[in-house]
Amino acid sequence: MTADATPALVEDKQQTAAGPRVRKGSAYPRYLAGKVAGAAVSLLAVLVTSFFLFRLIPGDPVKTMTGGRQVSAEQLAAYRREFGLDLPLWRQFTDYCGKALTGDFGTSYQFRAPVVDKITEALPNTLLLTGTAFVLYTALGIFLGTRSAWRRGGLGDRVNTGLALTLYSIPSFWLGLLLIIVLSVGIGPIPGMFPTGGMESGGKEGFAYVVDVAHHLVLPVVTLVAVEYGQTLLVTRSALLDEMGSDYLTTARAKGLRDDLVRRRHAVPNALLPTVTLIFINLGRTVAGVILVETVFSWPGLGGLFYQALSVPDLPLVQGLFFVFAAAVIVMNTLADLVYPLLDPRVAR
Amino acid sequence: MTTTDPALSPRTLARQRRRASVARFWRQYRAERAGLYGLAVLALCALLALFAPLFVGSDVSSVTDAPGRPMQSPSAGFPLGTDQFGRDLLGLVVWGSRVSLLVGLLAAVLSVAIGTLIGVTAGHFKGWYATVMMRITDWFLVMPTLVLAIALATVMSRSLTTTVVAIGVTTWPTTARLVRAQTLAVETRPYIERARALGGGHWHIMSRHVLPNVMPLVLAQTTLIISTAILAEATLAFLGLGDPTVVSWGGLLQDAREAGAVSAGDWWYLVPPGIAIAVVALAFTLCGRAVESVLNPRLGVSR
Repeated sequence: MTADATPALVEDKQQTAAGPRVRKGSAYPRYLAGKVAGAAVSLLAVLVTSFFLFRLIPGDPVKTMTGGRQVSAEQLAAYRREFGLDLPLWRQFTDYCGKALTGDFGTSYQFRAPVVDKITEALPNTLLLTGTAFVLYTALGIFLGTRSAWRRGGLGDRVNTGLALTLYSIPSFWLGLLLIIVLSVGIGPIPGMFPTGGMESGGKEGFAYVVDVAHHLVLPVVTLVAVEYGQTLLVTRSALLDEMGSDYLTTARAKGLRDDLVRRRHAVPNALLPTVTLIFINLGRTVAGVILVETVFSWPGLGGLFYQALSVPDLPLVQGLFFVFAAAVIVMNTLADLVYPLLDPRVAR
Repeated sequence: MTTTDPALSPRTLARQRRRASVARFWRQYRAERAGLYGLAVLALCALLALFAPLFVGSDVSSVTDAPGRPMQSPSAGFPLGTDQFGRDLLGLVVWGSRVSLLVGLLAAVLSVAIGTLIGVTAGHFKGWYATVMMRITDWFLVMPTLVLAIALATVMSRSLTTTVVAIGVTTWPTTARLVRAQTLAVETRPYIERARALGGGHWHIMSRHVLPNVMPLVLAQTTLIISTAILAEATLAFLGLGDPTVVSWGGLLQDAREAGAVSAGDWWYLVPPGIAIAVVALAFTLCGRAVESVLNPRLGVSR
């Protein structure tokens, strides 16, 4: 009797809890909790990896720190103590995890400054670069992708797709170097119009400073946009092509809507659904993929810092940056998962 | 009818069927114009790389007895100019194709092999094994590929093996995902049940029934991953994480940057290796897309 009644009771409770609301409301919190928990597990896994992966580097980190100078044994021991390298590996690991959870990634070997400070210093610069590029290539990709799909097989479509595929196959650092040669150094009749690298010329204030930074921003942003927009274009194009045969578009046309209204109001919003996931994932990926462009243009951001840290190698800084890059991708993927069911209720069941 | 001819053994029949499907595949592939261009370019590059020793000799990368003066711009003697040691750049670019193509191919094969192994086994054995494998796959999928590859290349010694492993180990998850989905679809078909009823073991089912069915997908995936791998190889070499003793396209670009070719405006040093990378990567992408659209006609229309 009781055994029979229990499931019914539980069902009853669930119904009263979710009763008056829409079905989406009942499924979404659980979906959200699942995704957030998954992301937390991934972040922990990244933390563990970042610790053990970089312990595999052969050689003594203390020797790298002193840069081959003649140092007494006492001094080496002092360095070991300072950076906690005299502790057994498991103690280093627990210390590392414990501190990382409070936002402390240790002290950089080469800068003698907290890793967190170096990262927070460079982060705004990276966000400025990637943010600008991200907005531009997403807009360009969606715009050209829609045009391409709407006039499928036409000259414009073929040129667009071909160009996107070609730029997609070009190494970003090579394009950056070429742009520097042609537009910064200048060849033949072309004068050098843009700075070769860095983020500012220094000594400027107020509006002049903003203009100066924007001037430095042009070439790195162009490079990023050129190599990244192709993917958005291709995904938007195939998503829109999937929608094009749909009945609602025929209906929209049949009621006499102009062609571009059918496209803008009816086809594109639906076709953008699959693109949304890509857009979020791209945002995370761009932060991590910016290493090359920042290195080529000596942009003072996370990517340039990562390159500097790798060449030492500066373990705590490499670990911290590795964590930040991976976290950016994980957080963005999770955000995509969370936003998607709000846009397309079919996904959340 | 040949299919009912008792004189033909099952083996012959299978071979005939396979030959027919290859012929059908080629007929459809020929209709993809971009794919044909890609294939032609690849054939040309492969020939050039294979027969490179005939025209450039292995001493092309020797620093000690370089034929020209340092940093000469293109001339009749050196059609692409010379590098900072006076080596012939045309020879270096041709020679570099061997390493770039080899590393690209090996890395893609490694990546697809790992992906196929994990995909097929995770699709075949359900339960905790599949759960664990798919968690690992998902974890690799969210990791920023480039950052992980750079990290791996940093912690291992500088060699071609390192580059191949760093690329292969970081790019397999998409393949694993695709192959697993296809395996799950194949495993629901009745002939798998028949094979199981006749006593076919796990190995028999996976190797004789599932694998041949996922092979076309694996082929398309390999072609697409080669172009990613070639770009990744160039990137690692450019960051100074490749083998410093061999000549590759990415390594040439790094040399150019270190020699100050950028600030000196020596575009002729930078352009050829970059174009070589882009052309080969594009050719593999075009071939991969053509193979994909032959295998999946719905995709072919929409792309």
